[in-house]
Amino acid sequence: MANPNIPAKRSAIHRLFTLLFGDWLSILLTVLSLGIVIGLVPAFNWAVLDAHWTVASPAECRAGGACWAFISAKLNFILFGLYPPEEQWRAIIVVIVIVMLVLATLSPKMWGGRLLVLWAAGIAVMLVLMNGGILGLAYVPTSKWGGLPVTLLLAVLSLGLAFPFAIVLALGRRGSLPVMRNVSIFIIEIVRGLPLVGLLFVAAILLPLFLPPDWTIDKLGRTLAALTVFAAAYLAEVIRGGLQGLPSGQIEASQALGIPYWRMVWHIVLPQAIQKVIPPLTNTAIVMVKNTALVLIVGVFDMLSAARSAATDPAWPGPSTEAYLFVAGIYFVICYGIAAYSRHLEAGINSRNHS
Amino acid sequence: MQIALLGGLLGLLYWVAGNAVSNLAERGIRTGFDFLFHPARFPISESIIHYTPSDSFLWAFVVGVANTLWLSVIAVVLATIGGLFLALAQLSKHPLLSRLAVGYVTLFRNIPLIVQLLFFYGLVTSSLPAPRDAFQRVSGVFLSLRGVYAPTLVMGPGGGWVIAASILLLIAVIRVGHRRFRHIRLLRRLPAYAAIWFLGSIVIWWLADVPLGLESPALHGLNFRGGMYLSPEFAAITIGLALYTTAFTGEIIRGGIEAVDKGQWEGGRALGLRDRQIMFRIVLPQALRIIVPPMTSQYLSTVKNTTLAVAVGYPELGLVVNTVINQTGQALESIMVMLGVFLTVSLTVSLIMNRFNAKIALVER
Repeated sequence: MANPNIPAKRSAIHRLFTLLFGDWLSILLTVLSLGIVIGLVPAFNWAVLDAHWTVASPAECRAGGACWAFISAKLNFILFGLYPPEEQWRAIIVVIVIVMLVLATLSPKMWGGRLLVLWAAGIAVMLVLMNGGILGLAYVPTSKWGGLPVTLLLAVLSLGLAFPFAIVLALGRRGSLPVMRNVSIFIIEIVRGLPLVGLLFVAAILLPLFLPPDWTIDKLGRTLAALTVFAAAYLAEVIRGGLQGLPSGQIEASQALGIPYWRMVWHIVLPQAIQKVIPPLTNTAIVMVKNTALVLIVGVFDMLSAARSAATDPAWPGPSTEAYLFVAGIYFVICYGIAAYSRHLEAGINSRNHS
Repeated sequence: MQIALLGGLLGLLYWVAGNAVSNLAERGIRTGFDFLFHPARFPISESIIHYTPSDSFLWAFVVGVANTLWLSVIAVVLATIGGLFLALAQLSKHPLLSRLAVGYVTLFRNIPLIVQLLFFYGLVTSSLPAPRDAFQRVSGVFLSLRGVYAPTLVMGPGGGWVIAASILLLIAVIRVGHRRFRHIRLLRRLPAYAAIWFLGSIVIWWLADVPLGLESPALHGLNFRGGMYLSPEFAAITIGLALYTTAFTGEIIRGGIEAVDKGQWEGGRALGLRDRQIMFRIVLPQALRIIVPPMTSQYLSTVKNTTLAVAVGYPELGLVVNTVINQTGQALESIMVMLGVFLTVSLTVSLIMNRFNAKIALVER
């Protein structure tokens, strides 16, 4: 026998060769994939090789290639919108607080009543920081809020506010009270049947009509209301899935023990139901992060709107592609990050359960 | 307790309605649906059915619905075909192709659709030249900032009847073929269908003696006239919606295929079938049962996602509703129209897909 390493090595190359060129279909697929890769080369050239990273004046970008200098020039505007520059440290702290809260929420060790307190405290801190007006912080009206903090606040607040409503709707839909059940089904199905754009119109145009004239909610608040209602309907369906997966013996046993309804819900039903639906819950969270981008349609100044209005600056030669790519990159990092982290946690839980 | 709940809800409704009535009266906004029959007096930039500003608001809504459905059908068809290819690419043993497919899904799923739409719209409108210096890669096809203009077949008077007769012929060919020649394989029958239909249509056209000509777009002043037209708005929303939805349908189909028991593959191999035969004859038909329910909700969310065309200015229902609200102030009625349309579409699609689901589930024994 010769050295066993050599045939193994050759066979690895051989295997790869068979995979790539083994039969006609493989050759076709290889040519197709290489075609796609080669098709991406001009895009790579545009984005990296021909790109302008720093320029003395915007006119240099007219030479072709990506104008990343535009992003660095407009970075503050895209990330923080019209927020007063000298107060931007507050917006940065808000973003950091949100990231910390999300990381804490995703870790199973933190789940429980403590987390609710943490969230309440976090939201209070964020609103005080963004709004100001007390503790010696300058007042910043919501019309000046913009960029990344608005995107993140809308996502986090809509999900956070929607969660209790979603639990009530899901329990109502599963419960025995016919009025409650039908009202829950009606609300959930109507909201899920409407596109979010429609709901945003409702909130922006109809909400002021439905409230007494002296109640004024600003644009950001109305948008948040629409996002909350939307998230509540979708979260309710996810939680209902968890409730359905709960063995009925759990509820019967707690009823036999005479545990009051809400205490049973809090200590027995919800912990088990929610644990079952963590993957779809994470998914809904990602969907809501992406949905916050729609507020552009009703004129809320989120990160995407900021990028769009930055791209209209006539000093720069049509940099809308770069601006949208940059925003897309930030959304990608957020959404992919949440997905990857939750997959990591899920794998951890699964391996614990199996061992 | 239920009575209290019901009372509370009715009270809330009464309060909201009272507020709405007093607010509407205060702002001097008319209510009621009779505005639907007044002339709309606003233009709609493109539509698949005929519209002029002198048509009624009702017709404007119909045009919006037609555009929404048109966009939805195109996006759903493209995304279903694309999703199947994407799923097969992801599952293939080909190292390069499967990685490209996985990369595609990761990238397109994690970026909001509206960002993608604005990106494509920006790309289309910023990278193409003005109509005067339009690209002409293929003779007669003009690619410019204003969209794509291509030559189109135009028929003289009576052309509609010829098309209708041709469609009737197609239906007849398929029905007769399915009844009489069922013993022949479908793949063998399809070319025969196509040939009979094509020749038959030519005979109908010749008998009807309708003139047929090619109309090419030509530059008049600042823009093109004539020919077939594809606007950049429509292009951006179609490309964006199809690419985004493909990432999701691809994942649904892949999930369905992976959920089919591994024994089916092993059984097929033991019978000496090739991988391709196992996939298309054994695995995919069974995966269909798993795929249909999530696919239904994906189709529905695609229909709802067409409303994002507002962001690039394609006149689907959402944009028409928005324009009507700005014109008349009758927000309540317009939004009720929108709600009604989307609920109808949702219920219809669920109904059709449930029927389909029941049909394929019957195979199970």
